[in-house]
Amino acid sequence: MSVRHALLALLSEGPKYGLQLRQEFEARTGEVWPLNVGQVYTTLQRLERDGLVASEGEDEAEAGPQKGFRITPEGEQELTDWLRTPPDLSLPPRDELVIKVLVAMRVPGVDVREVIQVHRRYVVEVMQQWTRLKENEAQVDLNFALVVDAELFRLDAVVRWLDSTDGRLTRASIESTPAAPAAMPRQRRRVGTPR
Amino acid sequence: MSYLELHDVSKTYGHDATEVHALAGVNLAVDEGTMVAVMGPSGSGKSTLLTIAGSLEDPTSGEVAVGGASLSGMSRNDKARLRRRSIGYVFQDFNLLPGLSAAENVSLPLELDGTAARKAHAAGMAVLEELGLADRAEHFPDELSGGERQRVAIARAVVGERHLLLADEPSGALDSANGEAVMRLVLGACRRGMAAVVVTHDAQLASWADRVVFIRDGRIVDQTARQDVDDILARTRPS
Repeated sequence: MSVRHALLALLSEGPKYGLQLRQEFEARTGEVWPLNVGQVYTTLQRLERDGLVASEGEDEAEAGPQKGFRITPEGEQELTDWLRTPPDLSLPPRDELVIKVLVAMRVPGVDVREVIQVHRRYVVEVMQQWTRLKENEAQVDLNFALVVDAELFRLDAVVRWLDSTDGRLTRASIESTPAAPAAMPRQRRRVGTPR
Repeated sequence: MSYLELHDVSKTYGHDATEVHALAGVNLAVDEGTMVAVMGPSGSGKSTLLTIAGSLEDPTSGEVAVGGASLSGMSRNDKARLRRRSIGYVFQDFNLLPGLSAAENVSLPLELDGTAARKAHAAGMAVLEELGLADRAEHFPDELSGGERQRVAIARAVVGERHLLLADEPSGALDSANGEAVMRLVLGACRRGMAAVVVTHDAQLASWADRVVFIRDGRIVDQTARQDVDDILARTRPS
């Protein structure tokens, strides 16, 4: 999550104080991503150094609660460019869950499907918690609803992957009994868009 | 108190070599005011579980009790009355009668049960209003969107003094916003005291439930623990 660009976005609406920026950042992200005040000031100092924001009011080296900031034309350009730059969507090189399932297939005496179910239950439990929050709060706050939806879709994809893995293992065990241990992928394939 | 109870329920189709165990020793209790989701791959027995819970099919062995009354001791007529009065069904493909308006579809179960037409209509309208469909009451199913049709189907399932709502993939082919609307209605019915069982393969829908049970090869293999909202807040807001 780019705190830097989130702050630029908030400043694109008009000049603001550091403390105000922190409050607004948390409110806009449905209060799901907490931000400490030190992080806000450090980021503001860097933005100022890079000429993307300019400070107003008292001219101190340290940014303080009374110091106001405004976005510069360079900052506006940076923000516009960032909004249209695709985020890094490539698969993490070693997705922990994928590794665990691959390993579970090779460890003698381990029931892979039982391992899959342990993870499936856990992910669904986390989804239930998010959904409960949505039931209670989301209708009043659009920002919050969007953040919770993103989290639910991401977790849903994990459950789908587990379901699909379960299905593949079932088909594989029907087609080749007794089941030979599945081979680890021989070649590491690059997944994702080159950046 | 559990409104729906399944004790050691098994269901077998076919004989000998062609025997298929759709359900094997299923135990499930659903309290009034709670929603239970049943998740599992296709062919796992989840739809069979629903039809047996709703008295549409008899188990090969085991006991089903609805509202404290055992189904095994009931005549066909008693079961039909129980279904009309106490159980609402929602299916993936809505199953609305095309020749009846939304309001007529909703009040139909009450009329079939002997409620006077005027009274049944009033009860139907009250539910449609509650679900935000009052202005669609006189429309026929083919004049409604998919989301509206499913909301009418839910209205029909909760009209009158129903206690048990059984839903099989209730958001079917609806988009996620309409799917969420459907689950909010089911949950709303539970919060007003109904017991609900929702069968689905969709984790996002299942996560609306108070409890999710996982079914595989006709057996319940796992279930989620009761969820506390504070857990997730603690997770996202370390302080």
